[in-house]
Amino acid sequence: MATTKEKKRKSNKPPDGSGWSRRTMLKASAAAGVVTMLTSRKSLLAQSIPTQPPDCTPQPTNSPATTPFVQALPIPPSATPTILNPFPTLQADTALGEAARANHQDWTQFFPLVQYSISVQPCMHQFHPQIPSTYCWGYNGIYPGPTFLNVYGVPIVVRFYNNLPVDNIGFGDNNHTTHMHNGHTASESDGFAGDYWSPGLFKDHHYPNVYAGFNSIPPLGDPLEAQHTYWYHDHRHSFTAGNNYRGINGMYLMYDDVDTGSEAAGQGPQALCLPGGYGVYDIPLNFTDKLFCADGQMYATAPDTIPAGDKFIVNGAIQPYFNVFTRKYRFRFLNSGPARIWTFNLYDNNGNAQPMTVVTTDGNLLPSPVEIIPSSSQPTLQGLTVYVSQRYDVIIDFTNAIPGTSWYLTNVAAQFVGNAAEPEPAPGVNIDNVVMAFNVTGPPPSPDLSQVPAVLTTLPNITTPLANLFATRIWNFNDFVAGAEGDPASPTTKVFNINGLTFDPNRPDALIQQGSSETWLIRNRFPGTGWTHPVHIHLEEGRVLDRRNINANPTTGALISINSEGVPPLEQGRRDVYPIVPGDEVLIFLQFRDWFGKYMIHCHNLGHEDNLMLTRWDVTTGPSSTVTSPTYSDGTPNTGNGEPNAGAQPNLTPAITLLSQLPASYETTKLNRPGVKGSKKGVKA
Amino acid sequence: MNRRDFFTCHVADKSRPAASLGPGYYSNGLFTTHENKKVRFYDDLIKGKISIINFMFTSCDKYCPRSIVCLTKLQDLLGDHLGRDMFMYSFSLKPDEDTPAQLAAYAKSNGARPGWLFLTGSEYDLTSIRFKLFRLDDPLMDFSLDVHASMLRIINDNNSHWASWVLPDPPRLIREAVSWVEPTKPFKVRVRENAELQAQIDRESAITAPKWAQFKRACGWTERTAKYENPAGMKKLQALLQARA
Repeated sequence: MATTKEKKRKSNKPPDGSGWSRRTMLKASAAAGVVTMLTSRKSLLAQSIPTQPPDCTPQPTNSPATTPFVQALPIPPSATPTILNPFPTLQADTALGEAARANHQDWTQFFPLVQYSISVQPCMHQFHPQIPSTYCWGYNGIYPGPTFLNVYGVPIVVRFYNNLPVDNIGFGDNNHTTHMHNGHTASESDGFAGDYWSPGLFKDHHYPNVYAGFNSIPPLGDPLEAQHTYWYHDHRHSFTAGNNYRGINGMYLMYDDVDTGSEAAGQGPQALCLPGGYGVYDIPLNFTDKLFCADGQMYATAPDTIPAGDKFIVNGAIQPYFNVFTRKYRFRFLNSGPARIWTFNLYDNNGNAQPMTVVTTDGNLLPSPVEIIPSSSQPTLQGLTVYVSQRYDVIIDFTNAIPGTSWYLTNVAAQFVGNAAEPEPAPGVNIDNVVMAFNVTGPPPSPDLSQVPAVLTTLPNITTPLANLFATRIWNFNDFVAGAEGDPASPTTKVFNINGLTFDPNRPDALIQQGSSETWLIRNRFPGTGWTHPVHIHLEEGRVLDRRNINANPTTGALISINSEGVPPLEQGRRDVYPIVPGDEVLIFLQFRDWFGKYMIHCHNLGHEDNLMLTRWDVTTGPSSTVTSPTYSDGTPNTGNGEPNAGAQPNLTPAITLLSQLPASYETTKLNRPGVKGSKKGVKA
Repeated sequence: MNRRDFFTCHVADKSRPAASLGPGYYSNGLFTTHENKKVRFYDDLIKGKISIINFMFTSCDKYCPRSIVCLTKLQDLLGDHLGRDMFMYSFSLKPDEDTPAQLAAYAKSNGARPGWLFLTGSEYDLTSIRFKLFRLDDPLMDFSLDVHASMLRIINDNNSHWASWVLPDPPRLIREAVSWVEPTKPFKVRVRENAELQAQIDRESAITAPKWAQFKRACGWTERTAKYENPAGMKKLQALLQARA
């Protein structure tokens, strides 16, 4: 062992000129007590790789029947740091098998002492004891992938090995890229949908774990920009649904001095003391749905026909139970797709609704906790609606629950349980709607020190950037509308388009100057179409300034009137996913700070994004662009006057509007800006 | 599907690729090509091939022309694959209007090369495959002829890989999508392509990186180059990881 170590040490001079040798690194991490483990790629692959069975045919009508609550909720293990070999470098180490990428930005400043090695590889997973194991793909060969536990101010690097099979069959694609959703991450580590790498190669993603605005706000950014619950997932474009359905996703949690992950007393006045301890009182809940063949294989065929599943799955288990003490818990709800919109409620053993207290939205602390209960006077708070990729941290207080009884988390839509004459677990609670059960065991072994303060955070002050907006950029998320030819908002037949365009990884549709601020108007303009688009924007979280209902001609989309609905309670904080139902539009505020390069805005319904409902935009040195597509993909400048060739994109209306040029109906906007009418209700600072 | 088709769909066929979903999935209806040949959907068009499938109709003057121009450029990019292991199939959305003779004239006027077939058949068979391959589960979309003028499916029966794209779009993007259903290239080739991609990224970075650095200097953002030390943070992380262990 010692000799191997010696050899490795000699061959591991860091070529990045950072002055950090592997030895110092070992010392540094050993001093900090981080477990160091030399993991070579070989040992990771030493586990037997399952071979892929053929897809079952014909398509199953229903999954096999399963008995509810026979398995405990699995808790994904936390990821374990290692020392990477070959050592991570500023430049892509293509000679040693790293996938091509631009140099890491701010690599020296945020040099990653903590390193992880993750293998994306085939696996077997049993979703229920009554269904045989199914072939799957997962991070480190497990589903869900290991959970990353992180602290703000401790940068990390994760090496993602693509060990997917070269001879795979059926749905999904063996090219892979990982997006850490929605990290404040440099472009080359962001998992851009076009930057996938093939089996046998690896790529280092640098996660600096730093607050946004670190370049302009000393020291190292604004702590109010903290985000706590992230997830990381496959983002290979055109195959994201298939690859996520196969199981390539996991969670990534961040802690700091406010959200410490511990409820112990004496952490200082700023500590929130929310229920803490990963896997103990701080529990990830990764929701998805799948359809299974009779032999237990998960069923799907083509990239964008991933079926609606008829089994509700939490952390990889169908209808599990979770044992709880009579105390408070923090559950981190994640909708990992592919397409289902969940609406959750909580019922006790008597069928009485119990409150769920939301403390974060997409991982961002709310100013104050928001309670979800069916009797709420606010329609949006009568159930917790979670669109694909949204996260909600929810406090559930079992203090008054009766030991020996169970509480039930339900979804508004039913699943297929399949057993004959299943009784109601609680009065009025249908077993088909129950996602999971909480079995109340008894009092906790130690007193519950956790708190849910009435004030959780204040929101970053955006008055100054709002006064210095560059412009409002309009993103029309359109489905094809018959007869829309000639309508600039929907000039093509493309089924899922953004401003009439579909994804081209080499074509930025907006150039945005570093450090600037914009408001973005995201529209699902045609009320006649049936699809909701949960729109996700990479790089920074946004603030919802207004939500509006569009009254438009259902065929042509011509605007008749627009009615402001204000900002719903769950959108008062910071978000990174903005769902728009047909006929809805949302006005958000965004900043573009710190990193340069390519990012995306896209629909996070995985089927829609696989149908190319993605747009690349770039952060540049400026100036910001004023038309949707500054250049065609063949490099010809888009003058807005026509198309360079028949195969390329059609003519486009400028998609950016100076605020002063917005139609009169937009003047009711609630912007707290001097000179704008109707800005009485300022944006909360 | 008539009774005879039912049997051809479900009888095991050793000539079928092991990974194929087979005629039971794709259906095996009878179609007529613009060359007036009778073909079965699975047996003659899909089995063992890479198929690039779209829907059109010859009298479509609204959306189809641009799509067809795009496909004519694609057939050039496919080179000698077309007609050998890759085939393009354009199915009629209006079988009443589109006779084989009509389709033949259309194929000729668009310069279709051998390997690109224009097909028509019964309304039932056409709708069956349209719903199998292009269904969006939305009646507005699924019954609109216009919607389907923009959709393209790429299927490799040998490994059951599918890809899709939209029309019209730059043909090189569609050619790339076709490559995704092809078998994974040998590792050596992929390593070479990776090096080429890196060289391209380096060329682009040589232009952008100095600009970024200049912008940062102009903003007064100085990059910290001191040794990175955050013992307090490391201690917290250690506590989190140990609590978990």
